[in-house]
Amino acid sequence: MHSYSDSGSKDTRSGFGAGLLELGRSNPDVVALCADLTGSLKMDAFAAEFPERFFQTGIAEAHMIGMAAGLTIGGKIPFTGTFANFSTGRVYDQIRQSVAYSGKNVKICASHAGLTLGEDGATHQILEDIGLMKMLPGMTVISPCDFNQTKAATIAIAEHDGPVYLRFGRPKVPNFTPADRPFVIGQADVLTEGSDVTICANGHLVWEALEAANALEAKGIKAEVINFATIKPLDLETLLTSVSKTGRVVTAEEHQRHGGLGDSIAQALAMHRPTPMEMVAVNDSFGESGTPAQLLTKYGLDAANIVAAAERVLQR
Amino acid sequence: MTQQLHDLPSQVRRDILRMVHAVQSGHPGGSMGCTEYFVALYFDILRHTPAPFNMDGQGEDLFFLSNGHISPVFYSVLARSGYFSVEELNTFRKLDSRLQGHPTTHEGLPGVRISSGSLGQGLSVAVGAAQAKKLAGDDRLVFTLHGDGALQEGQIWEAALYAGSKKVDNLISTIDANGQQIDGSTDEVMPMGDIGSKFAAFGWDVLHIPQGNDLDAVRSGLREAIAKTGKGKPVCVVMQTSMGYGVDFMAGTHKWHGVAPSDEQLEAALAQLPETLGDYPA
Repeated sequence: MHSYSDSGSKDTRSGFGAGLLELGRSNPDVVALCADLTGSLKMDAFAAEFPERFFQTGIAEAHMIGMAAGLTIGGKIPFTGTFANFSTGRVYDQIRQSVAYSGKNVKICASHAGLTLGEDGATHQILEDIGLMKMLPGMTVISPCDFNQTKAATIAIAEHDGPVYLRFGRPKVPNFTPADRPFVIGQADVLTEGSDVTICANGHLVWEALEAANALEAKGIKAEVINFATIKPLDLETLLTSVSKTGRVVTAEEHQRHGGLGDSIAQALAMHRPTPMEMVAVNDSFGESGTPAQLLTKYGLDAANIVAAAERVLQR
Repeated sequence: MTQQLHDLPSQVRRDILRMVHAVQSGHPGGSMGCTEYFVALYFDILRHTPAPFNMDGQGEDLFFLSNGHISPVFYSVLARSGYFSVEELNTFRKLDSRLQGHPTTHEGLPGVRISSGSLGQGLSVAVGAAQAKKLAGDDRLVFTLHGDGALQEGQIWEAALYAGSKKVDNLISTIDANGQQIDGSTDEVMPMGDIGSKFAAFGWDVLHIPQGNDLDAVRSGLREAIAKTGKGKPVCVVMQTSMGYGVDFMAGTHKWHGVAPSDEQLEAALAQLPETLGDYPA
């Protein structure tokens, strides 16, 4: 059984808010922008403590991204905050031209990503954002798994010179990674060691993968769970080391199959070590209203689905 | 200095036409219409350090070109004011050049601080840079240029609302009101109404330069704009220009928006534009 325990469920967006506040205190160049979702993004503490470094843009996401690009000219490190849908799809061209192609040091921080946004439904449940962002040359893409890791990732990306997409969510989920663990961009973390199947997960599905590993162990299957919080650049070494041992892979993510973590891992394995693989992801559909738990089950993303995928891949 | 200043527009127009002709691509019309603006800005108005180029531009006035397709005039004026060698103009739009079809920071061309080409993004970037200056206690100014057609992009009005409402008063945005866009006149494609009144309604201080192809009129208009900064409002300059100005058969029409002159047309055009400061070597 894995040794991780929930120290008290929290939302990953609050990890972002806590990290941003800490950055505000430690780095005077950090500034923040928000498009009328300060409370939802948990940016209120930063805004209250550093009003001169907080820019409320109103409901104008395209302008917010452009303004963030401009703030880098003068050495600021801007963090933008809005929902994941409005952080990516709505402003793709602004990110592409004014941030990525221009090589600007903007941190695009996106909450309410994926199905687990819940009742607001498909208009807000973007499942394509990681694909959109990872296609942009030079963009770093990160989807941390819990409060502690989101806070650590928020702090870490301020030190990275270049554009970053940081994805997190709304629901309270188990907080199980160590609070004092620094985030290393591009480093995947092996959470449980196993020899039968490698489970590569990120975001909210890392906890589901750990639960799945427990269920698999009860069936005599030893799963190696790896947290791929960084989708780009992908930690090829950790992936290949694990796969050389297990020879079987399951990926799990709260995203479309097209363009997500599984797609990156499939590409890497196809090029370096072709390996039987199953993908737990949304399969070319939009989401809908419901509770986060209902949606994870209906769209095939919960621990039971990861267990089933592992059993399938072991029969191949 | 004044003589050289007045010699520049003809030479810059020669650069524009020769650059576009050499690769048979690029945008001469808007470039020629904005030549006086660029000459006034880079040789008279801006307090800037061309070399060594500093991206952050601390202590310098900054300029952002939002309508990036008029890169030929931008490149000519950057080269002739010392950001890079005039010889490099002959690499325009060629493989491995820093002078891409639309301006970009990607190849590290000195003088360019943002990529532009996809329209309507430059005002937001300038607002951000202006806010960074305020945070740093830097009293220099931020200038932008936009086409009148490019104001049809919604992001411009997001940025205009922000700048007016949040009192970004270290910003001077000039609108190149040439009344033309790709598919025809703005009146045919999308009538723009009273541009100055629109910006005024968004909280900007507005002034007009009716003769945007008169170098001294542009210089004094921009000086007047500078005098209006620091008073709680961003400043909008509505500048009337003639697309293709300087060559009789190119002036006043949208037809030269993105069309290169033929060999004969280049010869006829250059005959109307004295080589005042020396052509760049082909």
